[in-house]
Amino acid sequence: MTESVVHSPRRWRKPPLIASPLVRWGLVLAVALYLAAALGTVDVNWKRVYEGLPRGWQFVAAFFPPDFSSRWSEIYDGILESIWMTVAATVVGVSLSIPVGIGAARNLAPAPVYYACRAILAVSRSFQEIILAIFFVKLFGFGPFAGFLTIAFATIGFYGKLLAEDIEDMDPKQAEAVKATGASWLQWINYGVQPQVMPRMIGLGLYRFDINFRESAVVGIVGGGGIGATLNTAFERYEFDSAAAILIVIIAIVMLVEYSSGYLRRWVQ
Amino acid sequence: MLEIEKLVKRYRTGDMALKGIDLVVPDGQVMALIGPSGAGKSTLIRCVNRLVEPTSGAIRLNGTNLVALSTGELRKARRKLGMIFQEYALVERLSVMENVLSGRLGYVGFWASWFRRYPDTDIEEAFRLLTRVGLDHMVDKRADELSGGQRQRVGICRALIQNPELLLVDEPTASLDPKTSRQIMRLIRELCQERGLSAIINIHDVALAQMFAERIVGLRLGEVVYDGPPTGLTAEVLTTIYGEEDWAATMQKGGDDDAGDEASDDTPARAPRSHDDTHPTFDRDRMAGLT
Repeated sequence: MTESVVHSPRRWRKPPLIASPLVRWGLVLAVALYLAAALGTVDVNWKRVYEGLPRGWQFVAAFFPPDFSSRWSEIYDGILESIWMTVAATVVGVSLSIPVGIGAARNLAPAPVYYACRAILAVSRSFQEIILAIFFVKLFGFGPFAGFLTIAFATIGFYGKLLAEDIEDMDPKQAEAVKATGASWLQWINYGVQPQVMPRMIGLGLYRFDINFRESAVVGIVGGGGIGATLNTAFERYEFDSAAAILIVIIAIVMLVEYSSGYLRRWVQ
Repeated sequence: MLEIEKLVKRYRTGDMALKGIDLVVPDGQVMALIGPSGAGKSTLIRCVNRLVEPTSGAIRLNGTNLVALSTGELRKARRKLGMIFQEYALVERLSVMENVLSGRLGYVGFWASWFRRYPDTDIEEAFRLLTRVGLDHMVDKRADELSGGQRQRVGICRALIQNPELLLVDEPTASLDPKTSRQIMRLIRELCQERGLSAIINIHDVALAQMFAERIVGLRLGEVVYDGPPTGLTAEVLTTIYGEEDWAATMQKGGDDDAGDEASDDTPARAPRSHDDTHPTFDRDRMAGLT
């Protein structure tokens, strides 16, 4: 008996995540049932979908050929406005997020400062840009200033949080060595902390610039100015060919920013 | 002169790292602090410049009680305490020169340090020190481009440019190969002699400690269990410091030239870097005390 146990090949299987087979299969069944029920409530009228197809096709066809010429001056102005919104909001947002990010790093800031800065980051991150834009448009009226504020505010949450996390991940020994020389707090940040986080921060700044340009197109739709406003006007006038031209310009600029920021980030490392 | 009186450090976890240490280091003395991991060696030297806050006791450097200093006064006092670290602790993305000059941070204002506009005398001294350790040809290299031995020499320059009254040296050879370890220890001792500087050197390697220190202090569980000359380290003494072990090999090789890494089996990170410090110019090696 023992002999055969020794000679037969031993088996091994990865232990299942949930030990009890009853619970495991019960969960699978419950998820499947819920999914089926959820899909059942999506009431699709297939007949209407079929009838709507030609109209949908007409709508798509109206985009072609894209018309760059008849609304070119509006498109041009919108793009310029979007670009300055992006540049200004990125610079202001990143500048403001540096003190907030330093304050939100647990290894640098005392507890009260830490909690205050984390709260600022949480507030900034809890609202999607559209909601912020609606809020700022109500506060400051239509136009690019509201869009600029929206994007700058959203940048603080993004950049500040990532900066804080990068500072928390730094090598404490390098910073400790600088402290041991008798450096002041600001000198300590400048020599012990900044060199460690700088390359990643430049990369993230460029990435955020990239995001901010795309956001600048979105905030225009709710009244935040920029190319988004131009796009919205084109839709409202049923000028789909001009809208197509705007979309193509946006895509081209996003691609340009994407490639150049990727190139710059490689160069910074 | 450094006087430590009834120094106690209790960590927040409740661990008693130092149980009332009394120690006097006269001017110009190079003292090695040995003991097993967790004996409190690192805590002791970090209490001196208050990278670790002592729980009670007094530490006097030439009469000033370092434990009682306010933040601003502590900054001024730290300028007089040069520290050399385990694994160098250079700021890796700064250049060799910036790392050395960071030793002057306690003396220059914020904007001067921000724009790297140090006084000419500081720059001159930095070049002089880098020449002394044989690294004057690497001033603009980034610190992470250097080998282990070279980095530690930059670390030594950073500590010395502070114009310290005492050197605190924490495991200077922990990640260096045996040959480089000896070179670094020799360099530290020579520099101390040149400047009449006293030093406390934490070190795992008993043989190295015997070779380069005039006085050995053995620490075990936060208490001084040996204080005397290197020749007094008998097998019985080593047993009181580290615990039961066959010490014959360590003792034999203590004065011998082939010692080195034998005695330090709890420093695993000894990357083999055999040709680190071989430079083309003979002069630089001689200057750095590497011959």
